[in-house]
Amino acid sequence: METTRRGLLAAGAATAAIAPLSRARAQANTIRIGVLTDMSGTYRDNTGPTSVAATREAVAEFGTSHGFTIEVLEADHQNRPDVGSNIARQWYDQGVDLILDVPTSSVGLAVNQIAKEKNKLYINVGSATADLTGPQCGPTTLHWAYDTYMLAKSTGGAMVRAGGDSWYFITADYAFGHALERDNTTFIRAAGGRVLGAVRTPFPGTTDFSSFLVQAAAARPKVIGLANAGGDTANCVKQAAEFGITRRGIKLAALLLFLNDVNGIGLQTAQGLVCTESFYWDTNDKTRAWTQRVVRRTPTNYPSMIHAGCYSAALHFLKVVAAMGVPAAKASGLELTNRMKAMPTEDDCFGPGTIRVDGRRLCPSFLFEVKAPSESRGPWDYYKLLQTTPAEEAYRPLSEGGCPLVRG
Amino acid sequence: MLEFLETITGVPTPLLFGQILLGLINGAFYAMLSLGLAVIFGLLNIINFTHGAQFMMGAFVAWMLLTWLGLGYWWALILAPLIVGATGVVIERLMISRLYKLDHLYGLLLTFGIGLMIEGFFRNQYGSSGLPYRIPAELSGAWDLGFMFMPVYRGWVVVFSLVVCLATWLVIEKTRLGAYLRAATENAALVQAFGVNVPRMITLTYGAGVALAALAGVLAAPIYSVNPQMGTNLIIVVFAVVVIGGMGSILGSVLTGFGLGVIEGLTKVYWPEASATVIFVIMAIVLLTRPAGLFGRA
Repeated sequence: METTRRGLLAAGAATAAIAPLSRARAQANTIRIGVLTDMSGTYRDNTGPTSVAATREAVAEFGTSHGFTIEVLEADHQNRPDVGSNIARQWYDQGVDLILDVPTSSVGLAVNQIAKEKNKLYINVGSATADLTGPQCGPTTLHWAYDTYMLAKSTGGAMVRAGGDSWYFITADYAFGHALERDNTTFIRAAGGRVLGAVRTPFPGTTDFSSFLVQAAAARPKVIGLANAGGDTANCVKQAAEFGITRRGIKLAALLLFLNDVNGIGLQTAQGLVCTESFYWDTNDKTRAWTQRVVRRTPTNYPSMIHAGCYSAALHFLKVVAAMGVPAAKASGLELTNRMKAMPTEDDCFGPGTIRVDGRRLCPSFLFEVKAPSESRGPWDYYKLLQTTPAEEAYRPLSEGGCPLVRG
Repeated sequence: MLEFLETITGVPTPLLFGQILLGLINGAFYAMLSLGLAVIFGLLNIINFTHGAQFMMGAFVAWMLLTWLGLGYWWALILAPLIVGATGVVIERLMISRLYKLDHLYGLLLTFGIGLMIEGFFRNQYGSSGLPYRIPAELSGAWDLGFMFMPVYRGWVVVFSLVVCLATWLVIEKTRLGAYLRAATENAALVQAFGVNVPRMITLTYGAGVALAALAGVLAAPIYSVNPQMGTNLIIVVFAVVVIGGMGSILGSVLTGFGLGVIEGLTKVYWPEASATVIFVIMAIVLLTRPAGLFGRA
């Protein structure tokens, strides 16, 4: 066959015309997961690149034999609600089917509004505020690995039972800190304890907590509750040890502490702290094997409950998409969410679980104590289990949340 | 008298004294960091936005010396400023020196960019949750002052930084080297005509300013968590301190550093939520009433 210039041009034009069609078909058959997280701030190790790695692990485990392709996107919301909202809006408009993770409660709540507005699936793993399944619950929102109520019930409840009946809070001054303080206060009062006061610390931007710790200690509580997270908690624990607060018999309650924070504080200072997580890498053979698979991607950071949550949520999502078919999954966020709620969850990190009508994923919560350096057998061997709260008792009862979906 | 104080402040006097003392300790960090900035700005006319990253590098180098080489805090106090100062010399020679003929803004943008890159590098290597660094055994423990429990290490930070600030001021104001520096600030060409190697002096001054930041970083390592953001959080406040004190004024930056530390400490008692913003409110007021800063020359 003779190749002419005109022939080549015609062939080129034909390809150009077909290309958008095939691209559109490819897009229609691609499921997109957007991991919106903190890649550069104080929660980076608790969420961030390891959340992305855990999501990719879910995609790898799910496999390629289901007739659709999967794309994982990632973005940094810088812990700012405005930045997070813009990215979420853009992603949903560009055909992202699921926004995942979203730590920092103020950002988590902002994205919740956009998911409602766009009728798109949103699985929050990283934010703590229990309002996501309470007054602010959304028809297309799920909350996966933990929340402030579950933390308060486990850590706060255990501290009160151990005799810590008078409290003073050091609270990060934003949605998360307020929710954590509120939920703990409920448990403390219900158990007959008293809250002597609270000091609200600016977030972000506080590095020295000594002033707040001294104020708290001056009120002579039995427990100082740290209603903050990440680097703030690490700084508080370090500085409380420095100011001899724990040596004077005042206990510290790290109301949200992750494995990664313990690593940063060091066992010498962190030993004896109690904390609550819904996942620990060294729980059973499955969690250990899963952790080894993820750590290959993030060798310097072991996964915490948020990372395990991202994996578990992404895997469940993909199973539901496979069950209902890609076109149906893309057609309605509400339908997709309802199917996710109807199907029980099952994965290597959490074992079996269920999702409630208000969007709350139920799993057991574990109360851990941080080991002393002499008890730790190696890197990241930090926790010993004190107590397990079963899934059906770990979270706020459905009737008490005030979620409109429950009444409906 | 004490009861009177308690009545007008509404806070128990011991607590108030404690907070003033804690404010002074934080002020010590502000003073040391703003001192380095003032030295650099005074001679180089560069607003060194890499300063926060260099403070953080000081803390990280202290951690590396301990973890990799087994060299403890006292070694770090000497070696970390030298090592980080040397990186400052390289940055000045390779990059900043090319910008002296241009507007201040270029230097600011360049150093800001370098700072972000250094921070990003450390974040990629070491994550964000920080690394443990313990208080040296000689400085652990605490004194009971009656009105508060005072960790020995914090007392050391205040005394040490006062000595460093005083020494820097003496070198610049009272020695021949300092006289050359000040003269070069006024008229570099004339000083060079007298046979002084001005470019080398400028390079070393930048190195010294950076070393001061690193020294503050080593001091901070045992009490703040050693993480890549530790400089970012502090540096914005320190810039406000420098602006309030007067750009380039050595004494001004030291006094303002300590003073604002105390004001911030008191705000933490009376209105904790505003403690992160109070310094910027003061900055706005000073800029409106005395644009050259409290100690600056207009």
